[in-house]
Amino acid sequence: MIYREAGDFKTTYKDDSQTFPIKFDRWGYYVILAIAFLVIPFVINDYWANAVFVPFLIYAIAALGLNILIGYCGQLSLGTGGFMAVGAYSVYKLMTAFPDVSMLVHVVIAGLITTCVGVLFGLPSLRIKGFYLAVATLAAQFFLVWLFNKVPWFYNYSASGMINSPERTVFGMIVTGPNTSASAKYLFCLIFLVAVAWIARNLTRGSIGRKWMAIRDMDIAAEIIGVNPLNAKLSAFAVSSFFIGISGALFFSVYLGAAEVGEAFGIQKSFLILFMVIIGGLGSIFGSFAGAAFMVLMPVFLKNVLVGWMGWPTDLAAHMEFIIVGGLIIAFLIIEPHGLAQLWRLTKEKLRLWPFPH
Amino acid sequence: MPDQLLYAMEVTVNGLMAGVLYSLVALGFVLIFKSSGIFNYAQGVFALFAALTLVGIQNGQVPFAHLINSIFGTNIHKFGWHVPSVLAIILTIGVMVLLAILVERYILRHLVNQPDIILFMATIGLAYFLEGFGDIMWGSDLKKLDVNLPQGISETIETTTFNWFGYGFFVDKLDIVATVIAVILVTGLTLFSQYTKQGRALRAVADDHQAALSVGISLRYIWVLVWSIAGFVALVAGMMWGAKSGVQFSLSLIALKALPVLMLGGFTSIPGAIVGGLIIGVGEKLFEFSIGPMIGGATENWFAYVLALLFLVFRPQGLFGEKIIERV
Repeated sequence: MIYREAGDFKTTYKDDSQTFPIKFDRWGYYVILAIAFLVIPFVINDYWANAVFVPFLIYAIAALGLNILIGYCGQLSLGTGGFMAVGAYSVYKLMTAFPDVSMLVHVVIAGLITTCVGVLFGLPSLRIKGFYLAVATLAAQFFLVWLFNKVPWFYNYSASGMINSPERTVFGMIVTGPNTSASAKYLFCLIFLVAVAWIARNLTRGSIGRKWMAIRDMDIAAEIIGVNPLNAKLSAFAVSSFFIGISGALFFSVYLGAAEVGEAFGIQKSFLILFMVIIGGLGSIFGSFAGAAFMVLMPVFLKNVLVGWMGWPTDLAAHMEFIIVGGLIIAFLIIEPHGLAQLWRLTKEKLRLWPFPH
Repeated sequence: MPDQLLYAMEVTVNGLMAGVLYSLVALGFVLIFKSSGIFNYAQGVFALFAALTLVGIQNGQVPFAHLINSIFGTNIHKFGWHVPSVLAIILTIGVMVLLAILVERYILRHLVNQPDIILFMATIGLAYFLEGFGDIMWGSDLKKLDVNLPQGISETIETTTFNWFGYGFFVDKLDIVATVIAVILVTGLTLFSQYTKQGRALRAVADDHQAALSVGISLRYIWVLVWSIAGFVALVAGMMWGAKSGVQFSLSLIALKALPVLMLGGFTSIPGAIVGGLIIGVGEKLFEFSIGPMIGGATENWFAYVLALLFLVFRPQGLFGEKIIERV
């Protein structure tokens, strides 16, 4: 009834190839953007920002990055945590070296530095495929974490070996450090997420996205029809690491404030983001958002239910959380291996006909 | 002989022993990957779970004691008996077989024909589940595993090497036992897969699922069998590592150590797992010994991966892996 494409006439090619061809979707998108930019910043408080919104926004950026690599280009990577660490440490070095420059510039440059590292570690993908590649990217994960632990230059010779984010501003608004307001944190991350999602969406629709998908579906065949695997794979690694670097930079500077590399960017982080991508749906922009939301909200929800409501001791609840997360992942994969994005697609198909199924 | 060379030799011997332990974990991966094409990330947690169960049964711990106590307000911890090691090991094997049956029944059966990455993710989910489950069942404190394995420095080797070179090598007895057990295990597995009916069926399934099904081999039975054997290998690995460094969460991380071993040896080859383990064991110990002090130490965390990575660039299927043939 409401959700339909009938009567929505396109008169130009530009109209025809727009991102949201159905009017309902388009309006929904505008409404969500309006709420995100105009309503939430005014009602958000510290608890909601730190527990839900900021981690969601940051993880969504990382999930988008990983989804480009795994979902669109088919290169399995477990080095996400390491690449996030590169973003975090680059932004830290930049913040301390150039205190007067805007944070926007720092974060973008941190992303670009991560891009270089990502391309470097992406080079083996030209020879190695599948699980061998996944394990090979673990080399990046462990090596980078070790590097940031062992070379004091990266953490400015601080005694604890930790990095602390100093107070920095964007156009006069404080966005990092302990005095940041909840809405500033939120808006700063939101701007990056919207920009990154817009880039990702348009890249995957264009020729470069088609090349990635051709490589994903069968790389030899893609090569035969004229896709250069070197360019396609390395560009996927570059874009993916750029996004992941941004998310790592934000994760450290805005969300954590102080970080120790092994704890904040260890192998667990790589798996967490991989979960988001798989549960959300491989090869789907919406899926990256859905997966990030799911993996951020579920622990908060479980903690509230188990500790707050049922009154269990925290250590028991933490173990129970492991069981439930593991069980849910398995259940999800069995019920819908294509993730939340596929559920959303099915819902939309149903909605087109609803309430007249014939 | 110069001292440096002697030290290097000692490091090499110890590296070989450590390599054997890596091979033990890698063996479990290879068994499952060969027969079902599943990259079982949960193998390390299997080892942890097996070791936890073994200690729990031995000490007569009440399963889920913490959970029961906090729900019903009781205060029970132990049954108060002590089970002999052999019986406890047999009971643990039983638990691992039961686990294999449950995994087949509730996970694998529903995921037949899914892409590899989905199965891989499912085993990560399984790893999370078992981690939490093991902790809830047996408690998460550090436990001491004691199954009467010899431990401490081996005097025989020390005196022999002292007589030869004038310098006694330090070799842990436990490592020697582990090596012997690994050799027995590998020989046993090879004999099993070459000369028994089940072993032949297992190789048939590894070769081609559909062809195996069409000649009447039950895929489900084979999967349960393979996962049980992998559980048994995990138990052995868990016992060795547990006796070495106590049973605790970090035990599950040895799976990560086994991955480069797998890459080096190839995912489908049992001899590959052994040789890969030895190369990695010796390589990382020698690297840490020679280069490590210059660049800040603790290189063991990543050296194995980088070694395997460089190796793979020249031989993408590993040392003994099947040649990857791709057709369009």
